[in-house]
Amino acid sequence: MVGKNCFAIASDRRLGVQLQTIATDFQRISKIHDRLFIGLSGLATDSQTLYQRLVFRHKLYQLREERDMKPETFASLVSALLYEKRFGPYFCQPVIAGLSDEDKPFICTMDSIGAKELAKDFVVAGTAGESLYGACEAMFKPDMEPDELFETVSQALLSSVDRDCLSGWGGHVYIV
Amino acid sequence: MGDSQYSFSLTTFSPSGKLVQIEHALTAVGSGQTSLGIKASNGVVIATEKKLPSILVDESSVHKIQSLTPNIGVVYSGMGPDFRVLVRKSRKQAEQYHRLYKEPIPVTQLVRETAAVMQEFTQSGGVRPFGVSLLVAGYDDKGPQLYQVDPSGSYFSWKASAMGKNVSNAKTFLEKRYVEEMELDDAVHTAILTLKEGFEGQISEKNIEIGIIGEKKEFRVLTPNEIRDYLAEVE
Repeated sequence: MVGKNCFAIASDRRLGVQLQTIATDFQRISKIHDRLFIGLSGLATDSQTLYQRLVFRHKLYQLREERDMKPETFASLVSALLYEKRFGPYFCQPVIAGLSDEDKPFICTMDSIGAKELAKDFVVAGTAGESLYGACEAMFKPDMEPDELFETVSQALLSSVDRDCLSGWGGHVYIV
Repeated sequence: MGDSQYSFSLTTFSPSGKLVQIEHALTAVGSGQTSLGIKASNGVVIATEKKLPSILVDESSVHKIQSLTPNIGVVYSGMGPDFRVLVRKSRKQAEQYHRLYKEPIPVTQLVRETAAVMQEFTQSGGVRPFGVSLLVAGYDDKGPQLYQVDPSGSYFSWKASAMGKNVSNAKTFLEKRYVEEMELDDAVHTAILTLKEGFEGQISEKNIEIGIIGEKKEFRVLTPNEIRDYLAEVE
């Protein structure tokens, strides 16, 4: 979710295999660099592998170009990597959030074969996705300061996740 | 020359530690037509002589200065056909970068990849080094940049540089004339004067080619009319 010169990215903490809960403290959101985060929902093994590949690409990029990747560039890279596996895809949906030039927040999500969906306000992914769309739409206001953004994101996440039996066990929220 | 026994195989070092084929390639460059580049505070200019083998050649069909991307241009000294191959490869690399990152390739990255191609041809079997040195001019987020790439694959960033036949005179002239705060128009005038220094015959808009890139980050080759205007200003 986008705020005023800041962004928030949040996830729940449940890792499950259909009805069995495997973990209640699963980290779904990872840092690429200080101003860029990616959350990968879906099949855990695919999201781990995809994350490792992305970190690999980003580290090489940093060494070669002597700068961090911009969020828009990173989103194009993720999209390209996902489409490479068009006929045997990674079963995950990424949510990318970062601060671009001049602290302008950038968010986007994609489907599992790399179709980018840019938004100016919020993006959602996962089993509780539809519920999240409703909650965010209701609670979102433009230009929220970090504290208010945190409240909004947490409330939207918890209320949607409560209505979904496959999500839950708390949440992780990152405000940048 | 004691090295001559080693000058047949590209992939063999001579006892003096040189790769003789690369030395020969540099000689090929040094006997090519003069070209030069100048980095100004708000852009880069590259220029070259365009001496054609006969007056019957249609000079408007000869393009010695080419663009690699909308914001990067290149000129050469040495063998024209080798230049064409490098331009083709560099353009492809630039487009591949764009396809992956949806961003224009930074000048340094393109120069690095082109230099890597040139280096490959100094360490493979059955190929020879490229007989060209390139001057790459570009404008990206880091500002105006000018790079020279040699047949060995080494590249250097220059404020102003020259290559080809008249290189030592041209470089001395540039050293005297170069100022850090030069603007693009002044740089074009300086480039023309430098070319004039070693020019055999009468300089005109038909026998030189000039390419510029300014703050708008669009590389373009000047039309003969524009060159004529600059020449008139320089007289």
